[in-house]
Amino acid sequence: MAVGLFIPCYVDQLRPEVGLATLDVLESLGCRPDYPRDQTCCGQPFLTAGLTRESARLARRFVDVFAGYDSVVTPSGSCAATVRRHLASQVDDPRAQALASRTHELCEFIVDVLGVFALAGRFEARIGLHPSCHALRELGLGRPSERMGGGRDDPARLLLGSIEGVSLVAPSRPDECCGFGGVFAIGEPAISCAMGRDRVSAHRTAGAQMIASTDVSCLIHLDGIARHEGAPIRTLHVAEVMAARELG
Amino acid sequence: MTHAERAARFLADPERASWHDQSLWFLREKRDRAARQVPDWEALREEAAAIKRHALSRLPELWTRFEERARARGAVVHWARDAAEHNAIVASLLEQRGVRRLVKSKSMLTEECALNPYLAARGIEVIDTDLGERIVQLRDEPPSHIVMPAIHLRRGEIGELFAREMGTPRGLDDPAALTAAARRDLRTRFLAAEAGLTGANFAVAESGGLVVVTNEGNADLGTALTRIHIASVGLEKIVPEVADLPVFLRLLARSATGQAITSYTSHFHGPASPEGELHVVVVDNGRSALLGRPAHFEALSCIRCGACMNTCPVYRRSGGHSYGATVPGPIGSVLEPARSPATHASLPHACTLCGSCAEVCPVKIPLPQQLLAWRGELRSHRPGGVSVSFGLRALAAVMTNATLYDFVGRIARSIGRRLPQSVLGALLGPWTRGRTAPVIPARSFRQLIAERERKRG
Repeated sequence: MAVGLFIPCYVDQLRPEVGLATLDVLESLGCRPDYPRDQTCCGQPFLTAGLTRESARLARRFVDVFAGYDSVVTPSGSCAATVRRHLASQVDDPRAQALASRTHELCEFIVDVLGVFALAGRFEARIGLHPSCHALRELGLGRPSERMGGGRDDPARLLLGSIEGVSLVAPSRPDECCGFGGVFAIGEPAISCAMGRDRVSAHRTAGAQMIASTDVSCLIHLDGIARHEGAPIRTLHVAEVMAARELG
Repeated sequence: MTHAERAARFLADPERASWHDQSLWFLREKRDRAARQVPDWEALREEAAAIKRHALSRLPELWTRFEERARARGAVVHWARDAAEHNAIVASLLEQRGVRRLVKSKSMLTEECALNPYLAARGIEVIDTDLGERIVQLRDEPPSHIVMPAIHLRRGEIGELFAREMGTPRGLDDPAALTAAARRDLRTRFLAAEAGLTGANFAVAESGGLVVVTNEGNADLGTALTRIHIASVGLEKIVPEVADLPVFLRLLARSATGQAITSYTSHFHGPASPEGELHVVVVDNGRSALLGRPAHFEALSCIRCGACMNTCPVYRRSGGHSYGATVPGPIGSVLEPARSPATHASLPHACTLCGSCAEVCPVKIPLPQQLLAWRGELRSHRPGGVSVSFGLRALAAVMTNATLYDFVGRIARSIGRRLPQSVLGALLGPWTRGRTAPVIPARSFRQLIAERERKRG
């Protein structure tokens, strides 16, 4: 099975260690993805800013770069959601729909494609899991608090929870948005930061030492707020938590 | 003014913003508890959505049937193309009958049409009888929420208002005492009124009947004590059959306030008495145009429960007035740009696309997709300003070429790493208002992976 690794632009440029952790985790599970050098961006920031021509051009590019793989995996719930939900409507290409359904968020890929439901190893930490809204409500990875029944377990929660020593704390309003929202973060900075402060404080109150998420975008935002507020809480991508396991 | 500017103003009082957020989150939680008690909640939403989509596809047929049946029951049906026609119809009905005093129960449609000032200018006194609407009427401000018009106000502020307007003792902030004072004041208005105006939550084609839900019984009182009942109804309020009502009634109050059902569910079939009159004014005001927009027509399914507002993390923290529109929140941000794109172009951007609104919506309106579609259509608003918009376009151009992207990334990071935090912060502008700038790494993932591969050979 040829697996393509999609490292979103902001992960590539701002949190490269998340890309490395993703690769380490996949390799530890016997999966050796290929990283096509021609990749850049799925187009999400432009799509959500209303720049549809720009996002469509990048969506087409994404199809050209990744259509040849059996599966595509990315350490980002929101980029995976952009591909899954918005690729086919932007690109008039029969390969687009198929590629959209074969593109997975990292934890979803580990559980659904690799068939791994639990991780060996040990990592001692009290973690607050921040569900990415797009992973939760667009990809359906987890049960949104608004919905009455149905749905599936959150693969990120499943995997992190399986690591010995990890204790997942329970913040209030467990799936409220962190306020990042792409261009929203700079278009509506007042609300964006107010939302972020509320999340940081909910995780701290719940006793979390670190906030983990499937999305680096949420984490960069929350990290910026935590440091601005002087809140002693770290932000880690789920891949970093999984890669930090001590395998005995 | 944009939503961001008005929101920043609301948040300038963080204590009030936090109180507002918590009051509305309390309602969201009440909604969750109420919905959880209905075993087939999600199926009920599906059914309601299907009925509404069906009705929207057959508006002419359903309204024709409604008019026929309503007329058979003695009602008169009027058709208003827009707000001006609606107001003119209502005014002429009142003027022909010499009505000088009108009591009005909850109606967002008459807010949309700005009926109150129109009638006031013609010497007709309009008293809003819904407590929340009465409060904002006395304050001379628009409602901030479609179900709870005065949710932005605290007890103390209402006490002050009543002391000024109704002569209640200063410092009164006991809800029961305030409600009793409003009740006494409203009772005299009800008794003096010569006509009653209501909205309608549902118009039923099969029966020619109207359904109005309230918690205060003010719609019943206003129509029972007066001879003339005028009902202003939006074109989208029609449902085909009486049997459809329970589907919506089970969803509406639970979604709105977390109640199993409202205190009153009033069914109006023709005039209340043989000498009475019932006039139904059916209003289009842009609704048929919205019906013709494939990306947005489903917003006409809205039953005005307000659940999308209560769950919206932006609405809760920015207050209803920050939207500068009759209908605020997620649904307002879809509906209002259709009416006035230039005025409301910033509203579809007042959203993180978190998707919570679509999950609580009892008629499953795909609100995030609709907001996203508006962003693509309304280019007049540039979130973050012209420089951000220019920067994004330049960035998109860079992203079309991996070599260029790599090159620009290296340069930008190298500059970013050399700048002092203060300069970097200034360059990042709104990002660093409330957020510390990220630590910029020396190497990108693609550089690190190339190094790793070289080492591995």
